[in-house]
Parts: sequence; structure tokens; C-alpha cells
Amino acid sequence: MSFIPKQENFFSKVGWVALILFAISSLIIVPYLSVFVPEGDSLHISSYTVTLIGKIMCYCIVAVAMNLIWGYAGILSLGHGLFFALGGYAFGMYLMRQIGRDGQYQSDLPDFMVFLDWKEYPLHWLGTDSFLWAVALVILVPGILAFVFGFFAFRSRIKGVYFSIITQALTFAFMLLFFRNETGFGGNNGFTDFKRILGYSITDPSMRATLFALSALTLIAAIGLSRFIIRSKFGRVLTAIRDSESRLMFSGYNPIGYKLFIWTLSAIICGIAGALYVPQVGIINPSEMSPANSIEIAVWVAVGGRGTLIGPLLGAGAVNGAKSFFTQYFPDIWLFFLGLLFILVTLFMPKGIVGLFAKLKSLRGHV
Amino acid sequence: MLKAITRIIASAFLAPMLIATQSFALEQEDLRGLASEEIMDRSRAIEKITEVGDAESVRILKGLQNGEIYFTEDELIVVEVEDGVADAVTLELLDPEPDFYDTVVINNVLRSQLETAIGSLSLFSDDRDTRLTSALALEASPTAAMRPAIERALAKEGDEKIKNSLELSIALIDLESNETDKQLAAVAHLGDSNERRVRELLSAKYEAIKKADVATNVELLQVLKASVASIDQRLTLIDYFGRLFSGLSLGSVLLLVALGLAITYGLLGVINLAHGEMLMIGAYATYMTQTLFTRFFPQWFDLYVLAAIPIAFLCAALVGMFLERTVIRWLYGRPLETLLATWGISLFLIQLVRQVFGAQNVEVSNPTWLSGGVDVMSVVLPYNRIAIIVFALLVLVSMWLVLSKTRLGLFIRAVTQNRGMASCVGVPTGRIDLLAFGLGSGIAGLAGVALSQIGNVGPDLGQSYIIDSFMVVVLGGVGQLAGSVYAALGLGVFSKIIEPHIGAVLTKIIILVFIIAVIQKRPQGLFALKGRSVES
Repeated sequence: MSFIPKQENFFSKVGWVALILFAISSLIIVPYLSVFVPEGDSLHISSYTVTLIGKIMCYCIVAVAMNLIWGYAGILSLGHGLFFALGGYAFGMYLMRQIGRDGQYQSDLPDFMVFLDWKEYPLHWLGTDSFLWAVALVILVPGILAFVFGFFAFRSRIKGVYFSIITQALTFAFMLLFFRNETGFGGNNGFTDFKRILGYSITDPSMRATLFALSALTLIAAIGLSRFIIRSKFGRVLTAIRDSESRLMFSGYNPIGYKLFIWTLSAIICGIAGALYVPQVGIINPSEMSPANSIEIAVWVAVGGRGTLIGPLLGAGAVNGAKSFFTQYFPDIWLFFLGLLFILVTLFMPKGIVGLFAKLKSLRGHV
Repeated sequence: MLKAITRIIASAFLAPMLIATQSFALEQEDLRGLASEEIMDRSRAIEKITEVGDAESVRILKGLQNGEIYFTEDELIVVEVEDGVADAVTLELLDPEPDFYDTVVINNVLRSQLETAIGSLSLFSDDRDTRLTSALALEASPTAAMRPAIERALAKEGDEKIKNSLELSIALIDLESNETDKQLAAVAHLGDSNERRVRELLSAKYEAIKKADVATNVELLQVLKASVASIDQRLTLIDYFGRLFSGLSLGSVLLLVALGLAITYGLLGVINLAHGEMLMIGAYATYMTQTLFTRFFPQWFDLYVLAAIPIAFLCAALVGMFLERTVIRWLYGRPLETLLATWGISLFLIQLVRQVFGAQNVEVSNPTWLSGGVDVMSVVLPYNRIAIIVFALLVLVSMWLVLSKTRLGLFIRAVTQNRGMASCVGVPTGRIDLLAFGLGSGIAGLAGVALSQIGNVGPDLGQSYIIDSFMVVVLGGVGQLAGSVYAALGLGVFSKIIEPHIGAVLTKIIILVFIIAVIQKRPQGLFALKGRSVES
């Protein structure tokens, strides 16, 4: 007698179709329409739109990462904004060095360092002019921080709200740290005024389209990876941790390794999303690390439906779409809306939008 | 003989106004220099007037300041009176009136000399506050010329504080004198000072003497060194005392915030992220009470804070109970979702307050009995900070009474320890949840009253304290008041003591690391309830 249910397909048929359609449109059609179709043509997609969608795709990657840890392992992190921002800062260091002497003060150092009267790069900027090292940092910095923090937190079996609160304090502490000029990350203003990547101008439509395609590729990879993990035995243990950690332990599993792996992986994915996000929006500053931002990530996942593959994407898209709309037309109402969204979703839509669809489906089935 | 006795009696018993009876009354002769064209002569004359230092002197010095003192061709110093021109000292009318007289010109040098002179003469005023102000002003830059006047003032002075100040001035003057004996005494006296300025002066003197001549002043050098060391020692003590106080003050604020949080967390297992907004509601309730008092009972304005205490408690408690009934109740057993929902509530409330009261901070002023402070060991302890420590203590005691002596408290403890069993023996858990949530929120409201007295009241008020108070709860554990108390005071004092060395940000990070380290050993907090409970 086996309790393991029938192995599902990697994606459903509809899922495969959707994924392939998404891949074709984001990797080929959109970049083509944006770069090669001349401006003024009705089919042309402006850089602004490309960047906006690219930005939202970065949020979607974060949501997928959040879903891995919260939706499947049941660990609510209120500090994922930190990993996102750290990835952004790591790549931002490279972007700052690519400015070269085109800054306001025409110095080899970034403007903020000139302003602080620094004569040379501080130690932690070592090697950041190398693209490869910057990419390595994007993965290493959030990864190592998450690993160390997770090791101590999971080892002492901190969980539930305790864990959430401590991650919140962590991101808060980092925000304060990055606000300081002495930290060497531009203080309040952070990094901005980027000029180029690998020598190519960052505002060029083809660069925009490249970043867009990279974001889409990463998103697809993140979805594929999380699907792979969830289908594996590893994923089943994660779900067991979520549903009853003590029972899992009684069955002879030690959850620490599982939690630590998924937690670190989630942080790394967030960091990559941050690194893709920063060149597209053109700025990174410590407010990205504010506890409010991290909690908002959780609500994307909650709105979409956690523990589902498509939910986080829907949630991140819907909430950020609403945010763009409200902050543009009704800025006063946005916080009311967001607040109510938090309350109503948790009260009435515990499974998010996906759960709502499922309910509708089952209702129709009954009729 | 008789004259001498009168003098002694006068100087010993009579008020400073009677200084005029002293032997060296001002005479026209003393003023002659004022008529000179040489600034030095005029300056010397002013010095002389100051030395006499009686009521007449003050009048003439003030007259000089205002340009109301004149000199005649005969070098007679005169003033204008109603009927003509009079002798400046005796005020007797001059007959015949002189044909020509001119103002005694006062330049900047003389003007500043006049100011200090008048300042030192105010040392003889009847009014204690005037004497104190002038003594303190004198302390800043005493000059040798004033020494006699200061000594006379010192002899007459009864007030301890003024006396100390005057002695300090004399010591400062003597420090610069040429007589080694005087200097030694002065240095020894200055060694008792608690002021950084005095320390700097002494150490500057030490360096100067050392540089100039090693051989002659060995003893003085030693005394100087000892005095500086003794001041340093006391300054360090004072510094730590100040830090201890601000630590206690921060700790009691954290305690006030964390107490309510600990109740709701201990009882319901949910962390209320809108707890900070209960503080805000309490603070705005205080603001409303203040507005009410300024409009309707301005005569009792000073009492508004007391009136605000129950009002803030009720407002926050009602809002809390409303939220419990409408939102939180439906999320029991889903603590993570509660976290999100209460965050939503907090966003909503912040925006609501922004819409109603505006995004700017509102003005909440201290009543007179909470402004100012008391000087303890050279550290000024503000009354409002002291009041908060006392207030936190009172809230703590009353909460202890409620929890341990009332039926409600008994039920709350029962539900905290074992909800299922409490329910089985007939505790109405639903109602207890409601009331406990109200109690927790109400205490947050009280914390809001306290915060309104020491900081800005704005929509973001709650956000700035909430993470720290979570840390208190995490560190202290729930279920026991003692945990919150130790954790709050410990964190408060700890952070204030290390803050001056490493800065506020690093302090926060160190505390976070410390807390994570502590829960390695004690996952349920330092003071968790002992007992067997099944984890989720």
C-alpha cells in the first residue's frame, strides 16, 4: 500500500502551452517589436512598457522564491526584500563602476564617494569592476547571509511567527546599516545614474530588451526549478514540514537540512531577481529593505494563492498592476486598498485567486 | 569705634542694599578718570567704581552704558536731572549750572568691561535668581579685577548653589595668578568640579607649565595631574549614570509597548503587527484630549495628561476589541495569516489617521509639571522621562494585580497555559480572548500617552517602536510579566550603554545578533513558562 499519490506530469498540457507561449512572446516577439519595429508603428512596444513588464517579471521571480519557502515549507519570511536588495546592490556595485568618469565629478570613484572625500574604493568593493565577480556576488551575498542566518535560526528551531519577526528585524537592521554613508553603499541615495553594462549603454532599447528577455528566462527557470523541487521527494518532505513538522521529526527526519536548503535557494533566487531589477529601474536604495516591502512580497503570494505554481505570478502581477494604477490616479487610496487587501485576502480567500478559480470550477461541476 | 561696630553689624546682618554704609563709599574723586581722553584712564575709573560696588556704583555704571553720564570742563562727572545738572555721585544740583558738558564716550572695549562689571555687581542683588544668573555668567569668564567683589559677595552669600559657583570663579581666577600657594589651593578646589570645561582648563594649564619650566613647579604639576584625574573619574561616573538613566527610560518605554504585546501573543499565539497603531491611537487620543482642554477647560490644562490616560486606554481598547471581533477571531490557528491581516490593519489605520489629522506631526505639549528637569549628580533628568519610568512601574503593578488577583486575570492565565483544558472547565475562552485583546490594546494606548510626552506624534509613531518591542517579547518570552520586564530594561540599558561607543545602528545589529544567540539556548525566550506543551 502506497501513500504516495500518482506522479503528476511535469506540467499539465495547458501549462506547457502557456509556458511555451510565454517563452516565445517574451524571448522573441516583445524584444523584436521593441527593437526592430520602428517607433510610431502601431506594433512598436515602447521602452517604458518593456521596462515596466520587465520590472513586474522580477517581482514575479521574487514571488516564486517566496512561494518556495512559504507556500511549500510553511516558513513565512518577512525579510525577503533584504535578499532582493542585496542582489541589487551587488550588481549595482558593478553598474557604478561602469559609470567610469562620466559622473558629476568626473572621478574614477562614484560620485557619492567623491562627496564623502574618499580617496579609494573601500575593501568590499574589491573586484567589483569585473562582471563575473559581480554576478558571483549576486549569488554569494544573499546565499551566504541566508545560510548563516538560517543555520542559527533553524538549528534552535525558531519557527512560526518568531521566525517571521526575526527576519523582519534582520531586514530592518540592514536597512539602517545601508542608510549610513560609512557603509560605502551611497547612504540614503543608494546607487543610481547607471550608464552601461559590459560597455553597452543601459538606456539603449536593445539593452532593455535583453534585460527583459533575461528576466523572462530567469522567471521560466525559477518556475521550472520550483516545479522540479516540488515534484521530488525533497519537495514532499518540505510539504510535510509545512503540515506537521513534529510528526515529520517523529518519523525520523531532521528538517534542518531541508529547511536550510530551500531557504538559501529562495534567497539566491531573490538576489538574482534584484540584480535584474536594478538595471531596469535604474536605482537601488535602502528603502528596498524596509520591512513594509518584504511584507508586501508575502501578500503577493497570498493574493495569488500560495502553494500553487501559478498563484504567485498572478498575485505579483495583480498587486503590482493595482499599485501602478492606484499610485498614479488615487495615491491616497492605495494604502487603504493594500490594507484591505491584506485583511480580505486572509479572511475570505485563504487560497488566493487560484483557490477562487478552483471553487468556481467545483461549483460549476456541482451544477 | 562705634563706626567700626556699625560696619561689622551692617556687613554681617543687613541686606546687600546697605553696602553704601561701607567705608569705601564712592566719591567724585574716583570718577575723575572718566573725563580723560585716554581710554586706559576711563577703564581704570570704571574698575574703581566696580571695586566700590555699592548701589551708587551700579547706577553710574548703568548710566555710562546708556550714555547718560557727562563730564564738565572742570573734569567733574555729572548727570542730568529734572531741574538741571547734578553731581553724579551725590546727586546734588550744581549751582551755577556748567556752561558746557559732554557725554563720556564708551567704546566696545569699555562696553564689555561695563557689562561684566554690572554683572558682578548683580551678585549683590536681593533677588536669588538674579544673583544666581550673574554668578553663573561670571563663572564663564572671571577676571582678576573682580576677585575682591566676588569675595565680598561670597562672604554674604547664603545660597549653597551660588556659593559653589562663586568659589569656582575665585578658583578659576587664582589658577591664573602668580602665587603658587593660591594656585595650589585653586587647583585642589577645582579638582572637585564636575565640569568638562574645568577639566580642559586644568589640563591646558598642566601642559603649559610643563612646557614652560619643569623644575620650579613640581608640586603644582602633581596637584594638577591629580585634580584632572579625579575630575575624569567623576565625569566617567556621571556619564555612566546618565546612560543608565536614559537606558532605564528607553527600557520603560519598551516595557510599556511590549506588555500589551506579550498578553496578546501569549494568549492568542498571534503577533499583532497593528500593535504599534494602538500606540498611535493612544497618542492621538492624548492630542484630542489636549485640544479639548485648551478649548473648554484652559484653567485645568495642566491636568490634561491625567485625563488622557483613561481616554487613551478606552479608545485603544475599543479599537482592539473591534478588530478582534471582526478580523482576528476568524484567523485563530493561522498565526502567519494573522500576521499579514494585522499588518493590513496597521496600513489601514495609518492611512486613516493621515486622512483625518494630516500627514504632519501634531503638537502635543508637556504640561508645566512635566517640563524641565531635576539636576542629579550634574545630570539633568527631565521630568517627563522620570514620569514615564514611574508610569511604566504603575502600569506594570496594575497589570500584575489584574492578572494575579482578579477573576479575569485567572481566566487569562488559564487560557494562556492550556486553552483546551480551560475551555473544558467552563472558561468562556471566546470572551476572554476579546477582553484580553482589549486589555493588551488598552495598555498600548497607555504607552501612546507616554510616548506623546517624549516624542513626536505622527501617523508613523507606532512603526518606530514596534520592532524593538517585538525583540523584547522574543527575548523575554511570553506568559510571565517578569520576562518582559527583564528583557525590556535589559535591552534598554544595554543599548544605551554601548550606543556611545559604536553608534545606534551597530547597537541594533548587535542586539539582534545577541537575541539570535540567546534563542539558540532558550528557544522560547529567556523566561518562558515551564511546563509541558505540545508544539503545533
